[in-house]
Amino acid sequence: MSVQTEVAAPASGPATGTTPTATTNASTSIWQQRAKAAALASVVPLALLLLWDVMVRWTGTRLIPPPSGVAIMMWDFAFGGIYDDAYSASLPIHFWKSVQRVYGGFFLAAATGIPLGLMLGRIPLLRAMLDPMLSLLRPVPVTAWLPLSMIFFGLGPKSAIFLVFLGAFYPILLNTVFGVKSVDARLFEAAEMLGCSGSQMFRAVVLPASLPSIFNGLRLGAAFAWILIVVGEMTGVPEGLGAVIMDGRTLSRTDLVITGMIVIGITGYLSDRILLSLSNYFLRWSPQHNA
Amino acid sequence: MLDTPTTRSTAAPPILRIAGLHKEFAAANGTVEALRGVNITINKGEFICLLGASGCGKSTLLRIIAGFEKSTRGSVTVYGTEVDRPGPDRGMVFQDYALFPWLTVRDNISFGPRQRGVPTPTVVRETERFLNMVGLTAFADRFPHQLSGGMKQRVAIARVLANDTDILLMDEPFGALDALTRSKLQEELIEIWKTTKLTVIFVTHSVEEAVLLADQVVVMSAGPGRIDCQIKVDLPRPRDVSSPEFNALRRDVTRRLTRHVTSDRPVVATADS
Ligand SMILES: Nc1ncnc2c1ncn2[C@@H]1O[C@H](COP(=O)(O)OP(=O)(O)OP(=O)(O)O)[C@@H](O)[C@H]1O
Ligand SMILES: [Mg+2]
Repeated sequence: MSVQTEVAAPASGPATGTTPTATTNASTSIWQQRAKAAALASVVPLALLLLWDVMVRWTGTRLIPPPSGVAIMMWDFAFGGIYDDAYSASLPIHFWKSVQRVYGGFFLAAATGIPLGLMLGRIPLLRAMLDPMLSLLRPVPVTAWLPLSMIFFGLGPKSAIFLVFLGAFYPILLNTVFGVKSVDARLFEAAEMLGCSGSQMFRAVVLPASLPSIFNGLRLGAAFAWILIVVGEMTGVPEGLGAVIMDGRTLSRTDLVITGMIVIGITGYLSDRILLSLSNYFLRWSPQHNA
Repeated sequence: MLDTPTTRSTAAPPILRIAGLHKEFAAANGTVEALRGVNITINKGEFICLLGASGCGKSTLLRIIAGFEKSTRGSVTVYGTEVDRPGPDRGMVFQDYALFPWLTVRDNISFGPRQRGVPTPTVVRETERFLNMVGLTAFADRFPHQLSGGMKQRVAIARVLANDTDILLMDEPFGALDALTRSKLQEELIEIWKTTKLTVIFVTHSVEEAVLLADQVVVMSAGPGRIDCQIKVDLPRPRDVSSPEFNALRRDVTRRLTRHVTSDRPVVATADS
């Protein structure tokens, strides 16, 4: 009951005005809100864990380990000392390899997608030349590039980086173009009459004005990058979280597969939080984006 | 400031000369004639109000002067130089402010000088001066979305002033503000105009605002847009809106204006000069 009123108070302006204790309650209400949010968020995962455990016991399957088995595997994967096999304490190296490839491909995609998007949005000639080709290539699933990418770059990390790049490139490019096109034309007029021209315009107006959209693209791109790393690391690289999952599959070690899935999930989530806080910092001028 | 060798006869050459200006817009069914045969000469330091009913081409005329829009025929010259693009000599204040939302008040004001490569110490000094002039020193580090409409318009004015403009173009700048804020800003604008000795072209459709502010009211008529007449306002400043002289003039200008609004077919004989 008390939590209910605390949560409702900051949302409705007039209500806070009528309660004189609103300011003294502020800090406790924030913690209570967070506790409530965490509790709410963990209901479904806990229920799923329970269901998983019950189902494994009930069916007696040997294909899928119970949650406790995965937990032990995760501990061994991270710190070793339990199974002492090829995967014990190998999390850092796999994690580090995957992070390098994901961000390698991602930064490559950002470094090409953002400038190209800014120019495509502003230069009609370039748009006329590139837009049809880009539109034709876009529907091709990134996984369909796998064979070609292995021919271009061989079996190895380059191929993985290329796939991650392809997957992250389109969301970044398209969101940048969209951002540039939706800039208020008045801002260009204002900048022009203040003496801004030509290439100055890109840095001074086009880039900052389309930043909200660019950050959307970056977040989407990063999400795709993590999705594609598993596909990318199917191409015969020895280390990496995707490679671990593929190994787990061939060795029928489901605990290893699930462990890899969980690590990727958590890392992808954390990397999105980092992008989100960067975005909140750089877009602090925008009333819509300031969280 | 500058001196053109062409007009030695008069004491000061006009800062802005508009001659035989026509403007047609392409529309779905042919063309829309927005301006026909507009001629105006404006001297340095004058405060001109462009007054006219909606759709008579006030904004179009201002945007052509600013260089945002190309004329179909005719010429616009500033100190004898043909205008063909926007430039820092003509600073526009838009009705919807058009501030850069990602820049603070201070950075919005220093945007122009920085883009033009003015040395940093000068930029800083001038920015503070104009921040102070529009009374926004305390709000210098705010972003536009944290300001009221009146404050935004002050920033827009300071942004143009800091850019060392010669002609201040204002398109219904106070149209979106409440009456109290508007009259405060009108006062401030007159103060700024007096201290900076700028030339101002101010678009409005309020007769009172025009008579309050202008040295000269240029009345426009619609269909297509033309200059109907120019009325000198010789009332001393600060002007008293309740004085009989003010009201007589206001009635006079209103009569001029409504003549065109009430009769849909304007007197064609006065169209071309
Ligand atoms: N870009 C455009 N394309 C086509 N027609 C236009 C364009 N801009 C203006 N016009 C037309 O030109 C005429 C003059 O428009 P303008 O905006 O200059 O009027 P205004 O006097 O500023 O009106 P208001 O007081 O409502 O702002 C109108 O008939 C309008 O429809
Ligand atoms: Mg207008």
